[in-house]
Amino acid sequence: MKQTALISMHRKYQGKLIDFGGWELPVQYAGILKEHHMVRQKAGLFDVSHMGEIEVKGDGAEDFVQKLVTNNVKMMADGEVIYTPMCYPHGGVVDDLLVYRYSPQHYFLVVNAANTDKDYDWIKSNCPSSLACSNVSSQYAQLAVQGPQAQEILQKLTNDDLEQIEFFHFVPAMQIAGISCLISRTGYTGEDGFELYVAPGQAEQLWEAVLQAGGEEIAPIGLGARDTLRFEAKLPLYGQEIDQDINPLEAKLGYFVKLDNDDFIGRDVLRQVKENKPARTQVEFVMVGKGIPRSHYEVQKDGQKIGWVTSGGYSPTLDKNIGLALIDNRGYKNGEQIDIIIRDKPVAAQIGEGLFYRKKTKPKSKA
Amino acid sequence: MNIPENLYYSNEHEWVRVEGENAYIGITDFAQEHLGDIVFVELPEPDTDVSAGEQVGVIESVKAVSSMFSPVSGTIAEINEALEDTPELLNEDPYQNHILVVRMSDPDDLDALLTPVKYAQLCEEEERGGK
Repeated sequence: MKQTALISMHRKYQGKLIDFGGWELPVQYAGILKEHHMVRQKAGLFDVSHMGEIEVKGDGAEDFVQKLVTNNVKMMADGEVIYTPMCYPHGGVVDDLLVYRYSPQHYFLVVNAANTDKDYDWIKSNCPSSLACSNVSSQYAQLAVQGPQAQEILQKLTNDDLEQIEFFHFVPAMQIAGISCLISRTGYTGEDGFELYVAPGQAEQLWEAVLQAGGEEIAPIGLGARDTLRFEAKLPLYGQEIDQDINPLEAKLGYFVKLDNDDFIGRDVLRQVKENKPARTQVEFVMVGKGIPRSHYEVQKDGQKIGWVTSGGYSPTLDKNIGLALIDNRGYKNGEQIDIIIRDKPVAAQIGEGLFYRKKTKPKSKA
Repeated sequence: MNIPENLYYSNEHEWVRVEGENAYIGITDFAQEHLGDIVFVELPEPDTDVSAGEQVGVIESVKAVSSMFSPVSGTIAEINEALEDTPELLNEDPYQNHILVVRMSDPDDLDALLTPVKYAQLCEEEERGGK
């Protein structure tokens, strides 16, 4: 199994280590629910070093990255970050990622751990010879500090004013606890917070400094709570809400698909999908009957299969069993009843909107 | 790891406390620890007959779904309805919170169960096996 630079920290803080897509990472420390509430109420520290980083450099990098992804890269300023799907020509999703713009000649792409090799191959196979595309994943450890107190805690470790970093912006090299970090106001929890990219050799020192600065106000958080936090905030997970066979319009990610952009891979198909309306659509639902909806459970309407649960579970903050489902796009309305098939039995659920946790992230000042 | 002396144990990490013809059944400390935060318990219908080894319920934690089996044969005499609203009781005190009571049809079933010493060995082996 691959290990991150923080493996000895996970052991020190008694994380319960599991095999997560080939990485030895903690599923929990104090317990998923406790950790979940800690991030919503105070702050949490995550090791997300398994995420992949791919760099694109050279004249024409802007055009190339724009060709790769569905969101609008050309609208970005230096120091800005965007979330975007990256699609195949047929509209299915290669991965969803963050694009960091250093300059129009230099982009930093942060991709899902399990997709890093696939993404790198895909990007390289599309990369013109005039550009340098490199997989720099091994050069970075990544720590996420998330929660309402994230800024206050990190501020103790730097002289720079963190308030100046707007949501979805970054600073390429800020000294945090005397360690040079790429820092962005981003995350995967629905809370305010930061992600710090650091040389692997300094990751432990940074980890300890952040925990010390936070004291009782911060705790290490495992992958279990990372998933419940992202799910409850309705943030998509590759392999569940989206994958190579689910296009971003079906997954309700149309906001991140700018169809009037310059050409990008998948644009023509996605334009058609939009014109004809997607054949399937993602809906939110809440359980009415007793049971916990889980990923891949079948969804029925009047005894007929209409789709499946992409993510589902117990929402610790809302104290409800909720889910996301990808179902046939037949104009189902809010309040309409569907059945989730749990252990071969239909259990009632209700389609709705706004059922999920309202994100507390800080919106950008500009539109 | 808490393994009380006065109970019987199953290979599936259930405990059994015998009171007359009734077997009180719950999950062990080892089981709750490994499941993590329990958020849902599906209980069987009272008055149904069960055979030893038959599935009688489902316990779900935040991350996992796991089946629960009856270690003995008989009739389900009682279910612990408090678990429907407060499944976390199984994490908080697994031995004080039974899940169901089976009126045993064959007390010899108890002979097939593990002693506390044997059960402690099983836990140790599973711990070492990384499971």
